[in-house]
Amino acid sequence: MATSVIDRSPATHAPENTGIWSWITTVDHKRIGILYGATAFLFFLIGGLEALFMRIQLMKPDNTFVSAATFNSLFTMHGTTMIFLGVMPLSAMFFNYFIPLQIGARDVAFPRLNAFSYWVFLLGGLFINFSWLINAAPNAGWFGYANLTERTYSPGLNTDFWVLGLQILGIASMAAAINFFVTIVNLRAPGMKMLRMPMFVWMSFITQILLLLAFPVITIALVFLMMDRHFGTHFFIPEGGGDPILWQHLFWIFGHPEVYILILPAFGIVSEVLPVFSRKPLFGYTAMVFSGAFIAFLGFGVWSHHMFATGMGPFADSFFALSTMLIAVPTGVKIFNWIGTLWGGSLQMKTPLYFALGMIAMFIIGGLSGVMHSSPPADLQQTDTYFVVAHFHYVLFGGSIFGLTAGAYYWFPKMFGRMLSEKIGKLHFWLMFIGFNVTFFPMHFLGLNGMPRRVYTYPAGLNFEFWNRIQTYGSLLLGVSFLVFIYNLWQASRKPADAPADPWKGATLEWLIPSPPQEFNFADVPPVNSSMPAWDLRRAGGGQLPEPPRVSGAGIHMPRPSYWPVVAAFGVLGVIGSVLFTEAFPHWYFITLGGAAVLFYGVYRWAFEPAF
Amino acid sequence: MSDAAAHAMEHHTSTGIDSRKVAIWTLIGSECLFFASLISTYLVYKGKSLVGPLPHAESQCMLHGAMQKCEGVFEIKLVTTGTAILLFSSFFVVMALYGAQKGNRKMLVGWLAATVMCGLFFVSMQVYEFNHFYHKGMGYGTNLFSSTFYTLTGFHGSHVSVGVIWLSTLLVLAIRGKLPPEKSLNLEIAALYWHFVDVVWIVIFPVVYLMR
Repeated sequence: MATSVIDRSPATHAPENTGIWSWITTVDHKRIGILYGATAFLFFLIGGLEALFMRIQLMKPDNTFVSAATFNSLFTMHGTTMIFLGVMPLSAMFFNYFIPLQIGARDVAFPRLNAFSYWVFLLGGLFINFSWLINAAPNAGWFGYANLTERTYSPGLNTDFWVLGLQILGIASMAAAINFFVTIVNLRAPGMKMLRMPMFVWMSFITQILLLLAFPVITIALVFLMMDRHFGTHFFIPEGGGDPILWQHLFWIFGHPEVYILILPAFGIVSEVLPVFSRKPLFGYTAMVFSGAFIAFLGFGVWSHHMFATGMGPFADSFFALSTMLIAVPTGVKIFNWIGTLWGGSLQMKTPLYFALGMIAMFIIGGLSGVMHSSPPADLQQTDTYFVVAHFHYVLFGGSIFGLTAGAYYWFPKMFGRMLSEKIGKLHFWLMFIGFNVTFFPMHFLGLNGMPRRVYTYPAGLNFEFWNRIQTYGSLLLGVSFLVFIYNLWQASRKPADAPADPWKGATLEWLIPSPPQEFNFADVPPVNSSMPAWDLRRAGGGQLPEPPRVSGAGIHMPRPSYWPVVAAFGVLGVIGSVLFTEAFPHWYFITLGGAAVLFYGVYRWAFEPAF
Repeated sequence: MSDAAAHAMEHHTSTGIDSRKVAIWTLIGSECLFFASLISTYLVYKGKSLVGPLPHAESQCMLHGAMQKCEGVFEIKLVTTGTAILLFSSFFVVMALYGAQKGNRKMLVGWLAATVMCGLFFVSMQVYEFNHFYHKGMGYGTNLFSSTFYTLTGFHGSHVSVGVIWLSTLLVLAIRGKLPPEKSLNLEIAALYWHFVDVVWIVIFPVVYLMR
């Protein structure tokens, strides 16, 4: 066996492979994780700017900062960007970087497929945002309700960019989901049974299952919509017998599991941060695992609570109301277990813990307004008002983004070998926390007072002026908080790499190797006898862990870099993107054929290329 | 990948099962939802077409702008033959895999070629069927039946085509002697996919062609 001849002598400074070509051809999960993170953060900032433009427009009544048409594009692209290009790939950054490290693996199960996922994601994100440059940004909402999205009502390319862009991004998500699912099932270190996996790995695992089961449904819905728009079918067109409500069912069968795809990774991160900064094991580990699984299971049985306003009748309304209320139970189990973890702990008030605590508090508020929606009569009052906007920002921003930011502060030293400033980090937290609440809490009042969402302005004299002005100030504060975060990242990048392997006294395997980890992760996989293997070793060492040396690692077989995943990704873009030209340039189908040929050739060369 | 590395990968997984095999099962699980969405849509829109042609004979339907008696478009005999051949191919690929595992190249190549031929027959049958329907005035957007039918069976057909290309590639390798027993897993994975495509057809055939 190859692993028996690993060279464990100290690393002599081998020239680091850092050229741009090395990033394009990389199959290293850590580098791909950084690529995901950097790309997603840029898209996240674009989505944030879109939100700020909307807030400036709504700052005063009858404002003309942007037109109604631009406003439609802004809210559509803000939602689409934050979900598919922001939160999902930011989670993917942590999946990539930390799933293999936390389970003690060399890499993911399929390193080149991993690179393929990233490049398809990047091209899909660029494709969908390219629409801004030709003034055809999607403008029919992130949910793309038929028949508003049919050609009759959305004649331009706007909706096509949305349909095709999501299709491309879906391929990236599917490929990644298969990869991480197999990685977690198959590449765990000896001794790491399923019920010893870190909670982040568990929640990521459940997220992959949700992705695998939810994405095919929206793929089909998008295919139907594309056929309606370009190839003469009537899937969602009543004139031809089709039913627009079918779109809503298909969309939300995907869309509701999607919200758990967005939040479960953040749950996982918070469940990592709390024990480490409370100096206590996670309270109720098994209950946490099964409540996560139960949330995911129920998540497939609640989709129609997004559709109470369509009039489904008392039976369906009752069923979906009850199943929705039921989801509050496992979610409550999680929150009580987090509190149980903190209870009596020796709290280390560091920035990651600030963000984790903020996440719990904000998610509770979002969860409570969510339970309010589960009652159909209440929901009918709240549908299409700012109350709903307040609810989902409390769970997605207050939940996902606070959780992901906790992860960023927690794992930054591991990823880059540098500590972020605690002082700036806490400033970041308070600005974000106050800015967030000032922006979104008043939306509850405005919504209950009847202010409709997705409308570009409002007339004076409806008592909407005061809170809208306050919210805009809050959103600017939120913007400043991200500038502070960027400043924190920048100042850290200028420092020498001096972070120890384990700055937080972490419980999981990633803290046992140098920061940043070497390409092969672990020269020797440490023993795993519990869900806190690093604490086991620390206890055995009398509270001390020696700083792990950087070793040569010669003799470890690592996957070879490859550019065929990039080639295949361009093929995917060609095949799907070319549908844009169906009407304007009907004989440009050679682009589709060319894309298919590139994809085919790329996949063949990939399949026959040696992986090691 | 080198044989040693391939070996190391095969034997060092938490489940003891090769990662590629777990991956294909994962894909199959996901594909179930893909076809479930298509089949559900077909069923939801069954009988909702505003105009003909329709799948089965009706005494009254709107066709060419007038209410009249309509013939069904389906050629049940042809499709039953195609179904039988596709199902036999699932058996053939098992025989090919047996040959591959035993290192019996003649058996491997023979049965694998038979499998590919069956797949090709099925795809040709579908091309003929689509062409035939089209000439009966059943375009893609003619009615809900035609749209749901072409989309469902078209996606299945494209899955069969991918399987044919995949198995043909393995056939070429087998003929060149590049599919020895220690690499028979490559065929096993393709065979799992092939079985899945057949199983989906076992659902589609009665739901679409036989159910009135």
